[in-house]
Amino acid sequence: MTGILTFTAGFLAMAGIFAIMSLALNVHWGYTGLFNIGIAGFFAVGAYTSALVTSPMPAGVQAQYVEQAFGLDQPFLVGVLAAGIVSGLVAWIIGFPTLRLREDYLAIATIGISETIRLIFNNARWLANGPQGLVGIKQPLREWLIERGMPPNFYNFFYLVIVILLMVLIYLALERGIRSPWGRVLRAIREDEVVPETVGKDVFRFKMQSLVLGAVIMGIGGALYAHFARAIQPSVFTPLFGTFVVWVMLILGGSGNNKGAILGAFIVWAIWSGSAYLIRQVVPVEFSAQAPYIRLLLIGLLLLFILLTRPQGLLGEEKEVSRLT
Amino acid sequence: MANLVVSGIILGSIITLGAVGLTLLYGIVNFGNFAHGDMMTLGAYIALLMTATIFPALGLVDTPIGPLSFGWVMLVSFLPAMGVTGLAAIAADRLVYRRLRERRVRPIMLAIAALAVAFVMRSVIYILWGADFHFYSQGLRTTWKLPLGITLRPDQVVVLVVAWAMVVGLYTFLQRTKTGKALRALADNPDLARVSGIATERMITLTWFIGGAMAAAAGILLGIDSQVRPEMGWLMLLPLFAAVILGGIGNAYGALAGGLILGVVQQVSTAFMSPSYKPAVAFIIMILVLLVRPQGIFGGSKSS
Repeated sequence: MTGILTFTAGFLAMAGIFAIMSLALNVHWGYTGLFNIGIAGFFAVGAYTSALVTSPMPAGVQAQYVEQAFGLDQPFLVGVLAAGIVSGLVAWIIGFPTLRLREDYLAIATIGISETIRLIFNNARWLANGPQGLVGIKQPLREWLIERGMPPNFYNFFYLVIVILLMVLIYLALERGIRSPWGRVLRAIREDEVVPETVGKDVFRFKMQSLVLGAVIMGIGGALYAHFARAIQPSVFTPLFGTFVVWVMLILGGSGNNKGAILGAFIVWAIWSGSAYLIRQVVPVEFSAQAPYIRLLLIGLLLLFILLTRPQGLLGEEKEVSRLT
Repeated sequence: MANLVVSGIILGSIITLGAVGLTLLYGIVNFGNFAHGDMMTLGAYIALLMTATIFPALGLVDTPIGPLSFGWVMLVSFLPAMGVTGLAAIAADRLVYRRLRERRVRPIMLAIAALAVAFVMRSVIYILWGADFHFYSQGLRTTWKLPLGITLRPDQVVVLVVAWAMVVGLYTFLQRTKTGKALRALADNPDLARVSGIATERMITLTWFIGGAMAAAAGILLGIDSQVRPEMGWLMLLPLFAAVILGGIGNAYGALAGGLILGVVQQVSTAFMSPSYKPAVAFIIMILVLLVRPQGIFGGSKSS
């Protein structure tokens, strides 16, 4: 029984982390129309930044087989904050050459940055231990709670609370932002850049703010993932797991709707985890190496199906009517 | 260094072959086909299916010609691979892109669909062939040692010849035939082409076929030059787009120059850094072009 409960807590925590990623993508795509297909890059930057900021420099025997550029041994929240800042900086750097150009340049640049980031973490061993990645990443208050008598396998519940709290906070902040005059400009840019331009809005600046804000949230999501999984390798942050799944979540839930972004994340994560289990049951052992790709095929077909039959997603964007009418 | 330039020209020819299809599609269907790399992979695997399974089952086993590591069977396999990939591209258009086009969605939605198509294609390849890499032939790979420290495999000469024969063929088609002119007109100005009576949908179908077939050929050549694996095309996507942007989106001649430049710079960079950074080098070139001359060296067909 406790097995199922801790599994559920872990499942919900992961879904919550993906909901944060999906909310972030909603800022980019749903509200501003920025086509970011390099989510995995921001994901990785956030995860690695927080891991490096919170872990101590490896010492003794460990130093022989773990290399990392620095280890600041800071608390969890500092790590999360740093993750957001560094990820936002990366977004600013790629936004600068691409946001003034036609929209698909940003898409290609984001693929480029995410592949480049993965290559760097994979090859530069001095930075974060190369392909082996970092293990034993700190979890907030874990030791403190266990000392006070919490069974270690209940820790996921505590972490789930942290994730859900942050998710709700981000949701409330975004809802507020998007209903403000600032949010209205973003949506106007999404519909037609020329209109806000003609009424004197600096379209480039608004797009940059949206790109950076979304990337900061993605960085935070990455940090939450690192402290949840406790081990990160470059191979986790692939275009499939890091980018594509988040896109399916947002499109399924309904882009331009923050509730939809969260709903989509929980549904797709349930399909993703559930189908792994089902495929293992159905597929004969000799094909078990292929099983993960059946899941990829299903997710790909699901996205095509939504795009063709219900492009607005499950919830769709809420119509906003002026209070004056 | 001379050696790296030579291998860069070979890689560049493969990139060019993929990039001309991509840039043509860009001009005509007006979105970035993110499945282009995976169409290359698909072509490479269909050729593998022909050389490793279908032809041997018919009693045709490839025997190497002269110093090459492969023979006629490999060369004949280009045709079914290009044909099937071209048809697969048309099928994707009919099933997905055309339906979205008819609904008049923004072109960027088609790019998302292309991303989904790419993942579907790659997962099918993974399911059918697994994640391992394959070689087309077990034949010996002889190497020629030329002056200036250049080493060249006879196979690579074939790669170069086939790539350029196809590129020249395509350019002749675009330049000399009436259909080719119609295609270029459509890429240049869709509305004007439509009022001049060019059958848009038929041209789009044709472009998908050409793009798919060229991508398949590029994939096979890449497989001959190195090996066949499921990620091969995805890793080429960045150089392909970089070549297209460098040459100006929609500009078929630009793609030619862009592809060669990309190939040479990527190979020469391996003298200074790990070869695994090659996609990153393509990315940096692309960012530099976007900063300095976003319309590409030769200007795009629709510079906006």
